[in-house]
Amino acid sequence: MSELLEIAERIVGWADSGEQVEAVVVHERETEVRAYEGEVESLTVAESSGVGIRVIRDGRQGFAYAGTLDPDALVEVMREARDNLGFATPDEHCSLAVPDGVAPVGMDLYRDALLDLSIDAKVQMALDLERLTLSADSRISGVESAEYSDSVSSSAVATTTGIRSTSRETGCFLSAYALAEAGGETQTGFGFSLGRQPGDLDVEAAAAEAAERSTRMLGAVKPPSGRMTVVFDPWVSAQFLGIVGGTLSGEAVQKGRSLFADRLGEDVAAPILTLVDDPTDPAAYTATETDGEGLATRRNVLLADGRLERFVHNSETARRAGTVSTGSAVRGYSSTPGVGIRAVAVVPGDRSPADLISGIRDGLLIQGVSGLHSGVNAVSGDFSTGAEGLRIRDGELAEPVREFTIASTIQKMLNDVTAIGDDLQWLPMRAAGVTLVIGELTVSGV
Amino acid sequence: MTYAVLETMMVQVTDMTGGDGAMLDPQVLLDTLGVAMATGGEFAEVFVEDRRSTSALLDDSRIEELTSGRDRGAGIRVVVGETTGFAHTADLSPAGLRAAATAASAAARSGGSGVRVVALDAMSGPASALVEILPSDVPKARKVALLERADDAARSRDGAITQVTVRYADSQRRIQIANSDGLLTGDRQIRTLFSVSCVASGDSGMQTGRESVGHTIGFELFDRVDVEELAGRAAGRALTKLDAVPAPSGEMPVVVGPGGGGVLFHEACGHGLEADLVAKAASVFAGRRGEVVAASMVSLVDDGTMAGEWGRYGIDDEGRPAQHNVLIRDGVLTDFMWDRLRARKEGRESSGNGRRQSYRHLPMVRMTNTYLEAGDDDPAEILAGTQRGVYVAQLGGGQVNTATGDFVFGMTEAYLIEDGRLTAPIRDGNLIGNGPAALLDIDAIAGDFAMGSPGTCGKDGQGVPVGDGTPTLRVARLTVGGTAA
Repeated sequence: MSELLEIAERIVGWADSGEQVEAVVVHERETEVRAYEGEVESLTVAESSGVGIRVIRDGRQGFAYAGTLDPDALVEVMREARDNLGFATPDEHCSLAVPDGVAPVGMDLYRDALLDLSIDAKVQMALDLERLTLSADSRISGVESAEYSDSVSSSAVATTTGIRSTSRETGCFLSAYALAEAGGETQTGFGFSLGRQPGDLDVEAAAAEAAERSTRMLGAVKPPSGRMTVVFDPWVSAQFLGIVGGTLSGEAVQKGRSLFADRLGEDVAAPILTLVDDPTDPAAYTATETDGEGLATRRNVLLADGRLERFVHNSETARRAGTVSTGSAVRGYSSTPGVGIRAVAVVPGDRSPADLISGIRDGLLIQGVSGLHSGVNAVSGDFSTGAEGLRIRDGELAEPVREFTIASTIQKMLNDVTAIGDDLQWLPMRAAGVTLVIGELTVSGV
Repeated sequence: MTYAVLETMMVQVTDMTGGDGAMLDPQVLLDTLGVAMATGGEFAEVFVEDRRSTSALLDDSRIEELTSGRDRGAGIRVVVGETTGFAHTADLSPAGLRAAATAASAAARSGGSGVRVVALDAMSGPASALVEILPSDVPKARKVALLERADDAARSRDGAITQVTVRYADSQRRIQIANSDGLLTGDRQIRTLFSVSCVASGDSGMQTGRESVGHTIGFELFDRVDVEELAGRAAGRALTKLDAVPAPSGEMPVVVGPGGGGVLFHEACGHGLEADLVAKAASVFAGRRGEVVAASMVSLVDDGTMAGEWGRYGIDDEGRPAQHNVLIRDGVLTDFMWDRLRARKEGRESSGNGRRQSYRHLPMVRMTNTYLEAGDDDPAEILAGTQRGVYVAQLGGGQVNTATGDFVFGMTEAYLIEDGRLTAPIRDGNLIGNGPAALLDIDAIAGDFAMGSPGTCGKDGQGVPVGDGTPTLRVARLTVGGTAA
């Protein structure tokens, strides 16, 4: 890891007077095993590296990157970044981050146990996952994919303004996509397990979840259209919360693309809703000690009891807004720092999902949504997504339903949250899921 | 609103590797294949890629950045029995390639000793598309100037345009493929893209409008496309939606405008006709070749050879020349799309659909340019014959579950149809349908064929450029996912 920082420092040392230079250097090792019909379908082992260089002079920024740490390439990237800045529009707020005195929260995100795991053991987990999924229920007709994947990633950021940061993380992930069949009809279901080391993974739970989610959809019908109470399961709520979090980026606000731009301090959601972005929670799959500019990440309360508390910022949007960075610069080596949430979660309630469902006479439990990229307009707030799930009748889960959409606006939905479950669960995305009851959504079916 | 298919394509003289000059020496490739096969196996392949890209972004009336990128490396796969071993490296030295070949070979767990030495047979593949103006020959200042022109044009359209984002991007991708069957080939693929996104603000809140154009050609794109006009259309789309009413909710006829419907076919059946999903019985179209799967006027083609189109290439990422593949002819399913691995199992040839996002990925079956052939109906009559429904002028992407056939696609410019006429614009949302049912429910196809906007298709975490096209068409029944009662 110090090797990455050395490379970043070497690049920063090439700065001419009057120039700010930032180098981001990353390295990743990945393994991916896919099992199919009792055999290894594919096994990928890979190491990759990359570098991104920003050069700023007179308020103009230039950027270039390369997917290698080859010394010749570094020189070329530096030259390109320097050349590119000449074409940018000068901007008084364009500047690199400077150390802000906030110390990174020490977290144990790197586990040697993952590095020590043999390829054979990884292969065995993928094979076990497929076998257990197939045997979980007689109606499972196949497993489209059963996969083990892991990554060991390290990164370093150095700047002429004094930033020196490094971070490293391990992660591993099991996922199964099951096919269930009955009477010529096929349904699908997804199950997964994630962690930082192999011991965190639960093969049986992932297999059981994929089997349960696919078989319970057999016999699904198209529901009638109408306004209905809808329950989001954690997988679904996390996807929506990620979108809500995106509307709270300082950049979206400053560029007139956030529907919450003028609403700081106002009530924008139901009072039971408190939303926090906390990459310093080690339970979050996306936890990290430092952000894309090398500043410490921190806990940011976005909504408190339904009131809009803050937007998230990187150092540039913070300067523009006359505030300080919230440690929310997000990027890869191939892009300049954007602004975004990293690990949002709703503060959970104290009732179990079953308890919440028992109070609903007529509604829908949504277990999957589709078309979030095509049916959600985060600027206007309109959303409409494909959905599948189970009917709720008299407080009990009833027949499966599919081929319908659920629609509302982001603004209305946040106010329509009527209950929050106690089942907070971190997922392989920038948000945690929790069961959410939405008092009214429009269901379009038959 | 769409661009005619470019009909002229100059032919360039190719060298022995079919591409733009050899990237790696054939002997190095041969040695690498030897290492990959040293402990046995049925097949080994070296895929070499060198991609240079430039992108420029204007946002908030500022040129925020100009970015240069370079990605170069090789992916090596070894097939042993049912198992594929894969490794990739950014180190193209003989030692780096040897290490990756050893890793791929070990990953395939090859136990045999069937060492096979192959001679590489340099193949003169189809000519790489010749571009008139290489993007790398164009001064950066000219690229940046396009952005400012588009920004001015969008903002001058109306004071209600409150934000404009303009993006320019070009890439030059050179690939070289050698495999243990003796294949040695290459290609050069150039893409140029321009997009404008606008926000309009009014009493009803904010609305968005987007337009993009992308072709597998060079900077001559801008001799053919007027960026001011493109920006004006993006602005107009956002402005129109300021008066939009909530979309209706429920099943109704849906008319899709020319060029707009490609996404519908991409989702409703395109993915379901990919042989890898078919082989795993994860497609509703598995086992249905030769059967009627669509209305009799439906003929669907996937064609990687369409000159200038976004999904065009000379050879796929396994070295197979792109083809014109008829998927559905007069409603009957004629064939699936194939990559090497799936074709080999079936004892047939690949259809030239083996693609990968980069050298860091394994190839799989992917679409290229997917289009519905023109029909005989009159677009005006299709509209006039629709009592109540929705007209979709621009689609915004989609998603499908190939195992169930359920698919969605978004509408980013759409109108109500009342008494056979377009009336109010409607707000963004998704439509949902079931592929096999929707294909049979198509009851009108017009003659006004047009290609749509450039797209990126995502599958298993890999994105590849794809094109699509349709004439005006009507589906008798789809579910519109709005909020209006």
